[in-house]
Amino acid sequence: MDLQTTIYLFVGGSFALYIGIAIWARAGSTSEFYAAGGQVPPVLNGMATAADWMSAASFISMAGLISNMGYGGGLFLMGWTGGYVLLAMLLAPYLRKFGKFTVPQFIGDRFYSKSASTVAVLCLLVASLTYIIGQMTGVGVAFSRFLGVSKEVGIYVGMGIVFAYAVFGGMKGITYTQVAQYCVLIMAYVIPAIFISMHITGNPIPQLGLGSNLVGQDISLLAKLDTVVTELGFGKYTTSLPGSTLNMFVYTMSLMIGTAGLPHVIMRFFTVPSVAAARSSAGWALVFIAILYTTAPAVAAMAKFNLIGTVNTGAMTAEKSIYAPDAALEYAKRPDWMNRWEKTGLLKFTDKNGDGRINYYNDKSKDPAFLAKAEQAGWKGNELTVNADIIVLANPEIALLPNWVIALVAAGGLAAALSTAAGLLMAISSAISHDLVKNVFVPDISEKGELLTGKIAMAASIVVAGYLGLNPPGFAAGTVALAFGIAASSLFPAIMMGIFSKKMNKEGAMAGMLAGLFVTLFYVFAHKGLFFIKGTGYLDLIGGANSFFGITPEAFGAIGALVNFGVAFAVDKVTKEPPEHIQAMVEAVRVPRGSKAVDGAH
Amino acid sequence: MDKSASAYWSATLGLLTKILIIWFLVSFGAGILFASMLNGISLGGYPLGFWFAQQGSMYIFIALIFWYGKKMGEIDREFDVHEE
Repeated sequence: MDLQTTIYLFVGGSFALYIGIAIWARAGSTSEFYAAGGQVPPVLNGMATAADWMSAASFISMAGLISNMGYGGGLFLMGWTGGYVLLAMLLAPYLRKFGKFTVPQFIGDRFYSKSASTVAVLCLLVASLTYIIGQMTGVGVAFSRFLGVSKEVGIYVGMGIVFAYAVFGGMKGITYTQVAQYCVLIMAYVIPAIFISMHITGNPIPQLGLGSNLVGQDISLLAKLDTVVTELGFGKYTTSLPGSTLNMFVYTMSLMIGTAGLPHVIMRFFTVPSVAAARSSAGWALVFIAILYTTAPAVAAMAKFNLIGTVNTGAMTAEKSIYAPDAALEYAKRPDWMNRWEKTGLLKFTDKNGDGRINYYNDKSKDPAFLAKAEQAGWKGNELTVNADIIVLANPEIALLPNWVIALVAAGGLAAALSTAAGLLMAISSAISHDLVKNVFVPDISEKGELLTGKIAMAASIVVAGYLGLNPPGFAAGTVALAFGIAASSLFPAIMMGIFSKKMNKEGAMAGMLAGLFVTLFYVFAHKGLFFIKGTGYLDLIGGANSFFGITPEAFGAIGALVNFGVAFAVDKVTKEPPEHIQAMVEAVRVPRGSKAVDGAH
Repeated sequence: MDKSASAYWSATLGLLTKILIIWFLVSFGAGILFASMLNGISLGGYPLGFWFAQQGSMYIFIALIFWYGKKMGEIDREFDVHEE
């Protein structure tokens, strides 16, 4: 069977499965629609949370980024997993005890104010929508690559499928489809990694393979990689930093607290049966996430090793120098996968010195000794550019794995993108129908009406996200970073103070959320343009790129969170303390006894 | 023994503090601030600082969450506030 048919079969089969589950689990009452009746066991909930969490960014692009960044790429690994520790201890059990559906509900009740709840809805909508735009773009790219259609058609197909199971299934549909999606995506990620690890190091477990010696050589993979990348003018793989140690520190912190503050992840913990289950659910989620996240650095290093080995035969043998004229791969003899990816424009070759060979190195190196060697070798600039986003998708092709593995990776990438998009849509839908329409505009709306509003809101957000995905407001990674920055700087501090500070009042919480949100948006928009519209950035105003201690805009959420805490406590000091019954409520939330299933009563 | 709500809460906070210290030490400490120092030591083919940043911290995070769940369960029962 040829590659294209196999891909159709795998993608089609996996989709039939998800839609089948969604129909089987069609929801009735509102409490089933949002929180699956509070009856999802911790292990399954953990799996669904993992699928919800691991988006196209984790599946498709993270390993590629680590491959480029080396050691510094660890910030994604630590940042996106360390947040679960915070979530499990600081938020999940208390929010579960609180017994409501959504984050804005908690904020509104705890800070005894509809305005506070509305501010939280605003933060939630901005964070979720920006996140989902990136997902829809990812869905479009993945569909177009694997189904051989244009990116636009890819997005329309994706919109249709997300709509089908998010709208008809509700949370229960999503919970069980996400369990299925998790299984598909994790197999798609791990199976090729096992093949490749076996091939390069002889160890079938990628996590151990990364720390093993190369097959038939007395040198470890990482040591060899360090030598080779240094010879090609790149920074040493195991130590290269993203900017500075400070930036790495702040970036990691932003991703951690952003993880703990993302509403679509927090919502998961409303769907477990008890407070104890909320605690262990986060642990199970992290177990399932870590299976992919600990494999990713192995995929990254091995892909880099394979790529360099493919284009420079001198890199992998001791007999030949990496600079030897016949070490570089002849363009005419390039493998099929390069040819295939060249067509997408994500892999490019330009023969700058006209020798018909691919010279791949870091021509931006500042090391004079290396530049002298490159000149001596006759290299006239780097001739191969590889988009980081293709590393995972192309990995099985680079390693010449069978067609069914390539098809499985295609299905996995789509599962990752779609499951996250669906989870985000749930968060948006409940924020609009429950927290805005029911609580602010039409308090006496019937349960049926609320359900309908939720579905309409979901359909509308799919259309908006799809439209923005067709005309992306900017670079996808920047959009995702904004989502984390907003969650980190606005929602996380407010929820945390709501639980851990009895005296925090509504004025403090609202001022904190708005200040954190504003500062973060201000810094990000300065770099990326107002609402990501190109050409509207105002870097001059803040004194140049990364002007705040060299911190990149993606890392700024942690600073925004500090501002949030600072402003909140300052305002809290000068305004009157919360009423007695609110302080009593905080006391009650801290104790597990008396937890009940969420019932939607307000 | 004091079984009041405030004693329960301070026992909880004590546990949280302990876990947060470990959480910080393995990621921000061993994985970032002291990584270059630890890279002098190797763990199999891994430099140790690199291992903490790309593998070790994640395993320890998992252990921390389950440990937290278990300890909190014990504290809940000790102060008689566990769920029925």
